[in-house]
Amino acid sequence: MRTLLATIFLAAFTQFAVASESGLKLMNAKVDLHDKASLQRGAKMFVNYCVSCHSAQYMRYNRVAADLGIPEDVMKANLMFTTDKVGEPMTVAMRPEDGQTWFGVAPPDLSVVARSRGADWLYSYLNGFYVDATRASGVNNLYFPGAAMPHVLWELQGLKRAVFATETTHDGATHQVFERFETARPGVLNEVEYQRATRDLVNFMVYVGEPAKLVRYALGIKVIGFLCIFFIAAYLLKREYWKDVH
Amino acid sequence: MSNKLTALRDWVDDRFPLMTLWNDHLAKYYAPKNFNFWYYFGALSLVVFVIQILTGIWLVMNYKPDATLAFGSVEYIMRDVDWGWLIRYMHSTGASMFFVVIYLHMMRALLYGSYKQPRELVWILGMCLYLALMAEAFMGYLLPWGQMSFWGAQVIISLFGAIPVIGGTLAEWIRGDYVVSDITLNRFFSLHVIALPFAIAGLVFLHIIALHEVGSNNPDGVEIKKKKDADGKPLDGIPFHPYYTVKDLVGLTVFLMIFSAVVFFGPEMGGYFLEANNFIPANPMSTPQHIAPVWYFTPYYSILRANTINFLWIDAKVWGVVFMGLGVLSFFFLPWLDRSPVKSIRYRGVLYKGALSIFVVCFLILGYLGLLPPTEGRTLVAQICTVTYFLFFLLMPIYTKLDKTKPVPERVTM
Repeated sequence: MRTLLATIFLAAFTQFAVASESGLKLMNAKVDLHDKASLQRGAKMFVNYCVSCHSAQYMRYNRVAADLGIPEDVMKANLMFTTDKVGEPMTVAMRPEDGQTWFGVAPPDLSVVARSRGADWLYSYLNGFYVDATRASGVNNLYFPGAAMPHVLWELQGLKRAVFATETTHDGATHQVFERFETARPGVLNEVEYQRATRDLVNFMVYVGEPAKLVRYALGIKVIGFLCIFFIAAYLLKREYWKDVH
Repeated sequence: MSNKLTALRDWVDDRFPLMTLWNDHLAKYYAPKNFNFWYYFGALSLVVFVIQILTGIWLVMNYKPDATLAFGSVEYIMRDVDWGWLIRYMHSTGASMFFVVIYLHMMRALLYGSYKQPRELVWILGMCLYLALMAEAFMGYLLPWGQMSFWGAQVIISLFGAIPVIGGTLAEWIRGDYVVSDITLNRFFSLHVIALPFAIAGLVFLHIIALHEVGSNNPDGVEIKKKKDADGKPLDGIPFHPYYTVKDLVGLTVFLMIFSAVVFFGPEMGGYFLEANNFIPANPMSTPQHIAPVWYFTPYYSILRANTINFLWIDAKVWGVVFMGLGVLSFFFLPWLDRSPVKSIRYRGVLYKGALSIFVVCFLILGYLGLLPPTEGRTLVAQICTVTYFLFFLLMPIYTKLDKTKPVPERVTM
């Protein structure tokens, strides 16, 4: 039973290397919620590139402004459409039916996508696009093969070609194994800059997935600190009462 | 001031058995003085129950049991309700921690023979509580209306469909629909917040009353009521209050530290307490690749999947359901399966010690396998563990009788 407890608690603090659907090892997003500047840059990317199709319907603009230290007038001027009100959630004008028609699938709401997919998956996905003429969008994704989403960030990243090698398994079957990316067309950002930009975006998505994360660690330390002090008092009280039990 | 309080107490006491209750269950309820680590979990499960009721009341104030609104209302609680995230995480963590303390509480009974005569009814009421808790947890898990909520309920309810003749009708009757739907969500909400909490509260009351009638067992399995002093107090007993109230306070503080560590630093527990797929709204048109129940159900889920043989012209799936049911129900018969003259593992022989160890290992392996998708090898391991699981119960009358026990002391040891 103690082993069971130990296993449960170990699992909570261990990072498993999670594989994507494609079986590839995911890239490490290394997000940092304490980095406000990164979160602000991520918010800007999110409203500039994502919100035209994807909503974050459970996230309000003024909550983002308050949590990330963005003044509300700056928020209104730069990060919102003029028709939106600051107390409203981040919704899109596009109707789900239209999305279905245009992309084959309605773009999902992204409020909690960082919790269902995980930060590493999102980061890998945003770095996994490559040119594939067989796809309607002109691109495919290494980590989510057959993704319906076009490479919205292509101007930033440029376009990449994927080089596959043919591998033969012991039973004689051959299959394609990803080897490396090579540049098909350079983008505005170089590779390091693009990775930083997507890391900022994923950081923001993690925040949007659970805004309370910004406060819960700090509160947790206080609560456990109090319990440690209370433990001393409770233990001394118990010892005093139990002195005469032999 | 204290005079006035005493007067008030006496006024109440003339009209209500206040001091009698206080004395019978706390101040003059004599508990053995040698309780160890394993004896914290009864009181702790009561605390978790209170946490669940209180956080539940506040969640219901903001939750909407409607298939189109449920998922969003949980996110509303997480973001827009003041302290909503804390209330929700306390409730979701409380659900798993409830099972942690209950499993440890049951383990205590297996270690020290707490189910044996004269505590058979305490044990049976406790097992009824365990069943009610399982139903409560299962129905509560549907409420966030995520993919795992939906598909977990879909899979488990469809098991009833495996019962011959009436199965299909029964599953429909439970769901109120042909698939899990808004109707199912509504009735599960009703049962989760009213019917089952009432049942659990009532059973807790009966469990404690039955326990206080026969008195608590202890790690030595010695009946303390057999040796009393001139005043009729057990020589090895101490009043529950203040001795065990202050001792349980220490245990409670440690428990709350662990509880808080989960709530504040890892409420998902790496996907074991809150599954990643449950952050995707329920979608009846899209079945997740791998449907796994929450960790506390996985041993039984493994037993369900382990049976792959059709025998007696009945489908393997039906047998799986039967074995799963028997797996839980077997515990009810422990008081009559155990023929050992001693209660505590301290004075039992190598046979029971070995059997219990193997049983615990099998239970853990089954639990682990239930989290994973089945493969041929895993199914074989699950089958071996399932057989061993049932042999623990079936052979118990034999090995407990053959077991070489040690002499039990007259008085408890500290």
